[in-house]
Amino acid sequence: MREGRILLARRVNRQEIVRKFPRREDQLLPLLHALQRANPQNYLTPDDLRAAAEHLRLPLAAVYDAVTFYSMFSLFPRGRHIIRVCRSPTCHLLGAIPLIEALERELGIRIGETTPDGFFTLEAVSCLGLCDRAPALMIDGESFGPLAPKDVRELLTQYREVKR
Amino acid sequence: MGKLVKLRIDGREVEVPEGTTILAAAAAAGIEIPHLCHHPELSPAGICRLCLVEVDGRLLTACYHRAAEGMEVHTDTDRLRRLRRLNLELILSDHPLDCLVCERNGTCELQRYAYEFGLEGNRFRGPDYDRQELPAREDNPFIRYEPEKCILCGRCVRACEEVQGRGVLDFASRGFSTRISTGLDRALTEVNCELCGQCLAVCPTGALTERARRFRGREWELRRVDTVCPFCGCGCRITLHIKDDRIVRVSGGYRGFRLCVKGRFGLSFVHREDRLRTPLVREGSGFREASWEEALDLVAERLLTIKGRYGPDAIAGLSSAKCTNEENYLFQKLMRAAIGTNNVDHCARLCHAPTVAGLVAAFGSGAMTNSIDEIVDADCILVTGSNTTEAHPVIAQEILRAVRRGATLIVVDPRLIELAEHARFHLRQRPGTDVAWINGFCHVILKEGLWDRDFVRERCENFEEFAEVVERYTPENVEGITGIPADALVEAARAFGKAERGMIFYSMGLTQHTTGTDNVLAIANLAMLTGNVGRRSTGVNPLRGQNNVQGACDLAALPNVLPGYQKLADPEVRGKFERAWGVKVPERPGLTVVEMFQAALEGKVRAMVIMGENPMVSDPDISHVAEALERLEFLVVIDIFPNETTRFADVILPAASFAEKDGTFTNTERRVRRVRRAVPPPGVAKPDWEIICELATRLGYPMSYSGPAEIMDEIASLAPIYGGISYGRLESGGLQWPCTDPDHPGTPFLHEGRFVRGKGRFHPVEYRDPAELPDPEYPLTLTTGRVRWHFHSRTMTGRVAGLQELVPEAYVEVNPRDAARLGIGDGDRVRVSSRRGSITVTAVVTARVPEGTVFIPFHFGEAAANALTNPTLDPRSKIPEFKVCAVRIEPVGK
Ligand code: SF4
Ligand code: SF4
Ligand code: SF4
Ligand code: FES
Ligand code: FES
Repeated sequence: MREGRILLARRVNRQEIVRKFPRREDQLLPLLHALQRANPQNYLTPDDLRAAAEHLRLPLAAVYDAVTFYSMFSLFPRGRHIIRVCRSPTCHLLGAIPLIEALERELGIRIGETTPDGFFTLEAVSCLGLCDRAPALMIDGESFGPLAPKDVRELLTQYREVKR
Repeated sequence: MGKLVKLRIDGREVEVPEGTTILAAAAAAGIEIPHLCHHPELSPAGICRLCLVEVDGRLLTACYHRAAEGMEVHTDTDRLRRLRRLNLELILSDHPLDCLVCERNGTCELQRYAYEFGLEGNRFRGPDYDRQELPAREDNPFIRYEPEKCILCGRCVRACEEVQGRGVLDFASRGFSTRISTGLDRALTEVNCELCGQCLAVCPTGALTERARRFRGREWELRRVDTVCPFCGCGCRITLHIKDDRIVRVSGGYRGFRLCVKGRFGLSFVHREDRLRTPLVREGSGFREASWEEALDLVAERLLTIKGRYGPDAIAGLSSAKCTNEENYLFQKLMRAAIGTNNVDHCARLCHAPTVAGLVAAFGSGAMTNSIDEIVDADCILVTGSNTTEAHPVIAQEILRAVRRGATLIVVDPRLIELAEHARFHLRQRPGTDVAWINGFCHVILKEGLWDRDFVRERCENFEEFAEVVERYTPENVEGITGIPADALVEAARAFGKAERGMIFYSMGLTQHTTGTDNVLAIANLAMLTGNVGRRSTGVNPLRGQNNVQGACDLAALPNVLPGYQKLADPEVRGKFERAWGVKVPERPGLTVVEMFQAALEGKVRAMVIMGENPMVSDPDISHVAEALERLEFLVVIDIFPNETTRFADVILPAASFAEKDGTFTNTERRVRRVRRAVPPPGVAKPDWEIICELATRLGYPMSYSGPAEIMDEIASLAPIYGGISYGRLESGGLQWPCTDPDHPGTPFLHEGRFVRGKGRFHPVEYRDPAELPDPEYPLTLTTGRVRWHFHSRTMTGRVAGLQELVPEAYVEVNPRDAARLGIGDGDRVRVSSRRGSITVTAVVTARVPEGTVFIPFHFGEAAANALTNPTLDPRSKIPEFKVCAVRIEPVGK
């Protein structure tokens, strides 16, 4: 019963979001981002894809193309907050690997995984455009860097407290 | 064609029309530039980078960039060779190099370039991803996709979108895991895919292949035979690829690669085990095998006895729109000359008799006026009563191509057919109210001065009477009758009226009514009023259903004309045939299909010869047909499979299928094409023409021909519209009749400068109600039609495993509102009843049908829609009213 109500709420919510976007092809990415943000588990469901396709009058195959092409989108449940750590050349030279190792240790998960409490997902990505602050990472929309492995614990603890 | 531009390619001077790509310009100069992602029938994509050329030191993709005045192009420098090689290596870097067991070995374009560039192995490897882990997909009956062999050229994606108008394919993912997907990786059968295989036909590699061909033969082991598709009136040219006398795959089609699911994947019926292989003679309640001698002697003896006792008119024959021109000609000759009756007809009666009646009256010729390859240049296309996508797929593709080029599409159809999704206007009339909206169109066009005064004045007659009648069909009146909103009607009519080149397409949705002939006359009025006859990309274009229904009509498998539509009533015409045939030609017109069964019931027709027809499914009110067949003293059926009709036969004669004989078919655009023998018939089956000859000879009228070519020569000598057609000329392609002498090039469009009958004649027609209207007892309107997966009575398609799987049984489409009112859910079993009978089928609840209307496809014998339909005839053309009858639906106990 309760689950039913949640599903229904999601559906209503989805329609509300979708309706805010003009029916233009160039609205695809912003619309997908909005749908993904609205999902507490930070991912796009098949129904989200269908709703976007229908609203923008695009074939589902084209929507799927975009979703699977851009690494920002996920088709699988993720944590509430996404840590994107850069491993492109600048960060790599300035210590991305030890940073990633520290993150993995601290969170107790590997790249691509989600913490058991569903709080964080750790992802490795290409250049974030923060080379001047390498090695860098982003949590959701916020950027951090340069970071040494020893900074990791504090960063995560603080973040957990603020966002709790 | 516009301006020409001059450029130099590898030092050679070339002149091409402005807008030509460098690739095409080079080809015109005989220079081939390597290319993989480009296909001449698709838009350029610039993906593979193999076609790079140098222009002033710059690198350009030749498939994408256009030739420009004074351009200096180099296609074969060291630098280019190096770059192309590198690009090819990158493409090959994640390729499995499976050529040993690949179906495309020998025809693969990737393999060809790898060989030409001398690439022996992979220098590059993907880092952490191995594409070979992506499994092959066989999630539909016909098409196999192997992502590992896919070079991501995107041809399939573009073919699906641009040719088929579906857009079900796209790229998915990125980097080494990129593949082609339907979105969410659903199976092709779960998406809006037509399984047309256009994607497969353009694929340059072994990534998309026919499932059925796997390990059945590589290209160089296959024999190729060019022939014509046996299914619909589009009459596509196909090539059969054969090994060990079995069809392995099918290629060819319109513009070299375009076919539909039936032509591409539906030919395996030819090899079915249950083909008729030997003559069968009734014994008790069953049949026993017999020799040709015995069976033919028996048929001749029985027919002669019946003729002797009751006269020749006690015998009737049904010829076949599936058989060749030569066979139809011989069949009517058998009936007229050997037996001595005009009782010969075929299923065209059930589809397009009103077309012939109507268009002959208005224009002087009953055929489609224009040609398929003119469609793309039309600027307004009106489609009514034709679910073109399903019944004439290749024509629908051309209509879509025109729409992509900016043509306005108007669809008038009660159902939300697929073309309607691409239409600017979709008007949904109440079934059976066509005269009203067509007159409404004319009313608006006259009122707004959009008509072609010069054309009407110079080339037509009887305009005033017509104008007087349409005067009363104001948009408001029309809305009252048809339910089409007045303003939508006005706008659509305006669009058609303003068109420079307007084409009208229609099919059985317009003809299968008691007002069928009136509907056709009204359409002819509309075309004349707007001056859309006698020019390229215009005209009135009835789409003929079966592969050779046009030819069967042309060659007079009809009770009231002689071959080439020559009048039976004309003594001079009869004299010509009497001299050629050496017997008297009966003068009195014969019986039509429905009348034959009526006469059989009344004991006036005692024997029938049925060739390649299955009236037990395709005719209206089949319980009546069954009774009639039962009543006959003698029935002989010539067919390739046992079917619902052969059950009633006294003798069954096994015929060769289209793939097993020579001959010609005439497609809907009057194009005569060669059908060629590709494999031997099963058992002792024979081509129908041979069977007819032997039968005629036994009836005391010797017929002997060295082959179909000789029969065609006889046709040419007697039927002026086929006068210039001979097998010699057909070797190099088809010819469109009228083709009156050996030098005549054929006629792509009719009525140029002058109507066949002289002046085009306007016929004022008034709206009349359909014969059966819904009432409290039978409150819904039933309309029938076909689905693209099946063909006619399914004698052929029902035997193709994949096709049968897709739509295994009959169903009824019900609008959600009606369904809710009647308490019917999607997938429920329901009983559909009319005044004539009832059938039980599965309900499909869909908004494709409007409220108050239900739809049943007519292909299914076990739940035959025609148990319900109304055999009331159009008084002029004698077509039964298939498209409208009143029914009631109720759920059957759950
Ligand atoms: S697709 Fe072409 S290159 Fe690839 S395995 Fe098949 S034949 Fe060889
Ligand atoms: S079979 Fe036809 S409709 Fe289906 S994906 Fe291929 S091109 Fe598209
Ligand atoms: S399946 Fe064939 S046509 Fe489609 S992208 Fe792959 S290689 Fe090209
Ligand atoms: S390389 Fe890491 S932010 Fe640019
Ligand atoms: S053919 Fe030009 S880029 Fe592929």
